[in-house]
Amino acid sequence: MNLNSRRLPVARKIVSMCVAASAVWCASASQAADQPVVGLITKTDTNPFFVKMKQGAEAAASKDGAKLITAAGRFDGDNASQVTAIENMMTAGAKAILITPSDTKAIVPSIKKARAAGVMVVALDTPTDPQDATDALFATDNFKAGVLIGKYAKAALNGKPAKIATLDLAPGVSVGVLRHNGFLEGFGVKEGDASIVCSQDTRGDQAKGQTAMENCLQKAPDINVVYTINEPAAAGAYRALKAAGKDKSVMIVSIDGGCEGVRNVKAGSIAATSQQYPLKMASLGVTAGVDYAKTGKKVTGYQDTGVTLITDKPMSGIDSKDTKFGVDNCWGNK
Amino acid sequence: MSTTTSASSPLPVLQARGLVKRYGNVTALDGCDFEVLPGEILAVIGDNGAGKSSLIKALSGATVPDEGEILLDGKPVKFRSPLDARAQGIETVYQELAVAPAMSIAENLFLARELVKPGWRGSIFKMIDKRRMLEEATAHMKDLQIGIRSMRQAVETLSGGQRQGVAVARSAAFARHVVILDEPTAALGVKEGNMVLELIRRVRDRGLPVILISHNMPHVFEVADRIHIQRLGRRAALVNTKDVHMSEAVAIMTGAKEADVKAIA
Amino acid sequence: MSTPSAPAGHPRHFSDRLPSLAEVGPLIALVLACAFFISQSSRFLSFQNLSLILQQTMVVAVIAIGQTLIVLTGGIDLSCGMVMAFGSIIMTKFAVTLGLPPAVAILCGIAASTLFGVLNGVLITRIKLPAFIVTLGTLNIAFALTQIYSNAESVSNLPDAIMFFGNTFKLGPADVTYGTVLTLLMYLATWFVLRDTVPGRHLYALGNNAEAARLMGLSSQKILLTVYTLAGAIYGVAALLSVSRTGVGDPQAGQTENLDSITAVVLGGTSLFGGRGSISGTLLGALIVGVFRNGLTLIGVSSVYQVLITGMLVILAVAADKLSHRRG
Repeated sequence: MNLNSRRLPVARKIVSMCVAASAVWCASASQAADQPVVGLITKTDTNPFFVKMKQGAEAAASKDGAKLITAAGRFDGDNASQVTAIENMMTAGAKAILITPSDTKAIVPSIKKARAAGVMVVALDTPTDPQDATDALFATDNFKAGVLIGKYAKAALNGKPAKIATLDLAPGVSVGVLRHNGFLEGFGVKEGDASIVCSQDTRGDQAKGQTAMENCLQKAPDINVVYTINEPAAAGAYRALKAAGKDKSVMIVSIDGGCEGVRNVKAGSIAATSQQYPLKMASLGVTAGVDYAKTGKKVTGYQDTGVTLITDKPMSGIDSKDTKFGVDNCWGNK
Repeated sequence: MSTTTSASSPLPVLQARGLVKRYGNVTALDGCDFEVLPGEILAVIGDNGAGKSSLIKALSGATVPDEGEILLDGKPVKFRSPLDARAQGIETVYQELAVAPAMSIAENLFLARELVKPGWRGSIFKMIDKRRMLEEATAHMKDLQIGIRSMRQAVETLSGGQRQGVAVARSAAFARHVVILDEPTAALGVKEGNMVLELIRRVRDRGLPVILISHNMPHVFEVADRIHIQRLGRRAALVNTKDVHMSEAVAIMTGAKEADVKAIA
Repeated sequence: MSTPSAPAGHPRHFSDRLPSLAEVGPLIALVLACAFFISQSSRFLSFQNLSLILQQTMVVAVIAIGQTLIVLTGGIDLSCGMVMAFGSIIMTKFAVTLGLPPAVAILCGIAASTLFGVLNGVLITRIKLPAFIVTLGTLNIAFALTQIYSNAESVSNLPDAIMFFGNTFKLGPADVTYGTVLTLLMYLATWFVLRDTVPGRHLYALGNNAEAARLMGLSSQKILLTVYTLAGAIYGVAALLSVSRTGVGDPQAGQTENLDSITAVVLGGTSLFGGRGSISGTLLGALIVGVFRNGLTLIGVSSVYQVLITGMLVILAVAADKLSHRRG
């Protein structure tokens, strides 16, 4: 038995694998030298909001000549996948990482590590806790989004006594809390005010929004204003109102500005919605990343990517745009 | 060891000749013979590793022997599975009893053989005829003088001895040729063990021969008509209970004593 | 045993089994809950409100039928909600995007869910993987397929025919949906099969003592494969009910139904070990959750307490089940 002749084919395989691997590594390394690498980590890749974000990032990357690598968690709250993604992107040579953090606290140590290694980290849509754990934040001002529809609802009620129902997200989630509080501030009532007759959680889900609205109507049949955390919840609320014959008499306001939601505003089931711009968040982020890779200049601080009130029934004194604008700028399937 | 049968002895209900069963390098049955006569209680005893369970598995259809033949009422048979053996009239009561504890006595008695209602209700909807099952279960248990008040009771509410009774009654109700009982008194106390022995006698008295596997020598000697002593994969002896002392039987079982040729019944 | 005295074991003086704590418990809990909410809110006891509770629970209730059958065999199905969502997307996309006639689209949706049931059944019986692991895998597969095919967008503008079960008719002073009626009919049918037919009793036997069932000649492969396939079809019907209630095919639907259906089964007194329980218990379990959700909203209690109470009830139910086992 000639051991050498047995080992030779194996050795040949190993050597050729090494050659191939180093060729690939060299190629990517040289690519990194020419093309800045930017990473995008979203909470999930199934929510149309993040799908739009990814599209915006890809468009900006090809325009700016950057290489975009993307990753996502498997579900809202999946911190572990995002931690892994940061590590992998660092290994792949990303100079900047854009992230919508699933767990705003737990991701901070990983972000610290990345920044210590010279990577610029920008939070999109949701701030980390603390906010300055990232170099910068490009996000909707969720509080302002709530304020806009609160003001609108107040004006649209035109002096009638309000009976408000709030269909919220889930306990403790910052986006939901900010929007809810913004709405109250815009409307001009404090938490616990007697005019708020029902508050229930919906997890932003349409079926749960319907159930919550049905139960709230049972509790207080004279509800006339419904704040909803997002447009799927609003769609569910509308269905419950319609079944109760109250769809014409009760006003629903919402936040998000997804294409389907804007269509609902046009159809009249939602009175007004605050539109936000995930695409803008992503493209600004990519541009900032490329800038940093080329010039070493970091972005800092909070950049408001804007929120626009979309309604076909404008109220005087409150800036808004119509649904045509809404559809042109919406995220999701047009 | 050869078996001498006198001219007047009846045809064995279940008989086996030269059974061989190997598991890899281990020979569990090494040319084993077996017979049980009508109307008798035959105890099968043997030390661990003697091939007792392999013999019973072959007779009850749980395994297929590599060599040898099995005869049922004088006709050669092949059991491909325990269901096959059951279909040919051999019922086995396993040590684990095979009862569903949460279900009633009646349901357990007819487990996998439920009575369905007549007509389309039975054939299309497979509706169970609960009333008939209750009646027949009550009758079976009464026949064997098992004193349980209601057939609707869940089996898990019964004592160990009563559960054994249910399992034995089930096999007696459906067996046509022979009932095999695997260690029926092993988990029971003195009083309940005696009750089961009494039950076994009644099964025999109703015309079903009983094969009783047991390591409880006093019970064997109390209830068995004959004893099949298994050793080293073969039948070391087949004796009349009356003709042998317990200590002798144990000695043959452990190999301390070779069986007398005369002692074969 | 030949003596007529009371048999050794538990003294029994009734010819029937005493109903166990696990059987009576859910009914008591439901009655108590209703009594509490009636006392706290005058709006609870209206026909309209009660009809609403039924409508709100019917999707979970139907899914829980399939789950009950599976749990009775000693298995579990973690994929049920996702399989339902998949079925609802197939149903609605086929009707809206492909333009198939509603009846055909509905059948395709139910068939799609049934196929997942078959997949679960085959993996569990042929490859002999534990139900927990298998359905954990199919949960993810169903979810991914749903997102991919729907592009994570809900499907609306459904033809009226698909939403038939959301339509109502008047029963006295109340509006009752056809979906509620269908749910109750399905429960009745399942109750009949489990209690009075041979396949139903075999299912219990298999769950109660799989070894005994095997020794007596029952084919666990056949029974399990049938149960998981049937459950898949049931999830398909739940998809139809879900679509008729919300008016959309929602790819994000069903995510909480996985555990909600198990909650209903457990609250209903069915043992997770298999072989014990009833389908009526499951209906009560689903209603208990629905009553609490509705009642707590009526008295203005925050949603998080609904979750807290449900959790406590589940633990109580499992403890009661365990305690009633000790009798045997």
